[in-house]
Amino acid sequence: MANSPLSIIKFRIIFIASWLIIMADHAMLLHFYALPWDVAIYDSLISNVLFLLACLLVMTVLRYYLPRGQQYINVFALCLLLTIVWLLLSKWLLKLFLGYQAGYTELLRNSLSIRFSMAFLLLGFITMVSILWYSQLEQKEQEERKKDAEKMARDAELFKLRQQLQPHFLFNSLNSINALIGSRPAEARKMVQQLSDFLRGTIKKEETQWVTLQEELQYLQLYLDIEKVRFGNRLATEIEIDEATTALKLPALLLQPIVENAIKFGLYDTIGETIIKIYAAKVENNLVIKVLNPFDPETSSPRQGTGFGLKSVQRRLYLLFARNDLVTTEAKENIFITIVRIPQKL
Amino acid sequence: MNKIVIIDDEPLARSVVKEYLQKHPHLEVIQECGDGFEGVKAIQQHQPDLIFLDIQMPKITGFEMLELIEQPPAVIFTTAFDEFAIKAFEAHAVDYLLKPFNQDRFDKALAKWNEQKTAVTEKATQELIESAALSPSQRQRIVVRNGSKIKIISVHDVFFLEAADDYVKIHTQEGYFLKNKTMAHFEQSLDMHLFVRSHRSYIVNVQQITRIDPYEKDNHVAVLRSGAKVPVSRSGYGKLKDVLGL
Repeated sequence: MANSPLSIIKFRIIFIASWLIIMADHAMLLHFYALPWDVAIYDSLISNVLFLLACLLVMTVLRYYLPRGQQYINVFALCLLLTIVWLLLSKWLLKLFLGYQAGYTELLRNSLSIRFSMAFLLLGFITMVSILWYSQLEQKEQEERKKDAEKMARDAELFKLRQQLQPHFLFNSLNSINALIGSRPAEARKMVQQLSDFLRGTIKKEETQWVTLQEELQYLQLYLDIEKVRFGNRLATEIEIDEATTALKLPALLLQPIVENAIKFGLYDTIGETIIKIYAAKVENNLVIKVLNPFDPETSSPRQGTGFGLKSVQRRLYLLFARNDLVTTEAKENIFITIVRIPQKL
Repeated sequence: MNKIVIIDDEPLARSVVKEYLQKHPHLEVIQECGDGFEGVKAIQQHQPDLIFLDIQMPKITGFEMLELIEQPPAVIFTTAFDEFAIKAFEAHAVDYLLKPFNQDRFDKALAKWNEQKTAVTEKATQELIESAALSPSQRQRIVVRNGSKIKIISVHDVFFLEAADDYVKIHTQEGYFLKNKTMAHFEQSLDMHLFVRSHRSYIVNVQQITRIDPYEKDNHVAVLRSGAKVPVSRSGYGKLKDVLGL
């Protein structure tokens, strides 16, 4: 439940001070109209204690019931009703306790309309402040909930993007291992190790975690080694990394899907040996990675090269940087180039 | 002695099949192929009794390769993971092996082939090829054979299709190619927003149309960018208007 504004000490002091000032003012005014001090103070005490109860009642009601749209009329009615009840109650009590004083009854009767309007105005003011306070609290809560929901959705999406391990890759790798077990058991064992390390990497790394290019390349090498076993002589790789880039950072597991996309596009679109080239350089404050693969411009459009893998990379970078321009592709003759830029933190 | 051809782009995947075949000395591996192009050649040359065929391969898929062969041999498909293919296999009761598979499963597939031999499998294979043509990846291109050459045509490069006896003529920039299929096959497998059967004997690529002229009574003719004219029947005109949003 929302906290009342009085739960904040500053507001509580202001509230009590205002109440005391009003009470003093009330007493002084009555004294000015020729009432003795003691009677004036009693009057003020009785009226304002009752009024204080009315105020607290309004604030408590609004704490549990915040008017919306048409319901403001109910709040207005509540204020009016409370003021009338307060007036009748205080009139009865004042008469009961202070009626002995000569001329008091007459003064009380004459001042009823002033008492009513003052009380109604003040109660209205308290009501408005309370409504503002509680609706602002409600809005803040809603915003927080929305923010939490958005963050959860984003985390879940990032998690999903990362988990989309290609079943095709996994089953074919297992099939290769199956083949090696009979003929070359030592190599089979090695490949089981590589596949396990690779899979462990996809599970272990946190999505938000940043790793150095060097770490990411080590992980990529596991993947490349497996693919080379699968495709034998058809697949070759060339990796050229500027010395200055090895310590630069990138989101974990970003590089592998890009290279996977290039390998698939290269291997399935051409016949014969496929060379995948990977370059990394630092340009301005960005880590720029280029991945090149051959393709056949006669039978496929470069559009086909931006398969699922690249879309998920693009989406991940968007979620991390709120930018859509970090993954670009181009085709030069029969070479397809994927370029990824990763802004570095200053 | 039965002749076997293994077609798979991964050398180790082929070696598993060879290894499992050692238990069946009456089966002889005549050739191994790393892609569908080699596969077509090998099948023509050796007329094998049975082939082991992968689906995802360079340039053309296993299904597309089968389309290029007039009388495909019995096939046992081997694939790692391809939801569409597996659905197709199940629908047509063709045997397939999911990688990785063991000797037992392999032997069972061979036993099944031994029982059925040709007749049943051939019909099932034909139906399978038909349904495979509806797969999303294959709707984007048409694979044809021109003598010994294999050509992959992107559907966007097709001007129009024309019925010609048992064949369909596929008209493109480079002239036409023949494919041993029916018009109904193409009408079903091609993207209906891109291709419209404008006439009993014609299917036209709507993106190639520059204008539609009236022609004799009740008939029209579509003029393509290349200048070619494609007949449009009355019902064809209605379909064209729908697709073009006229």
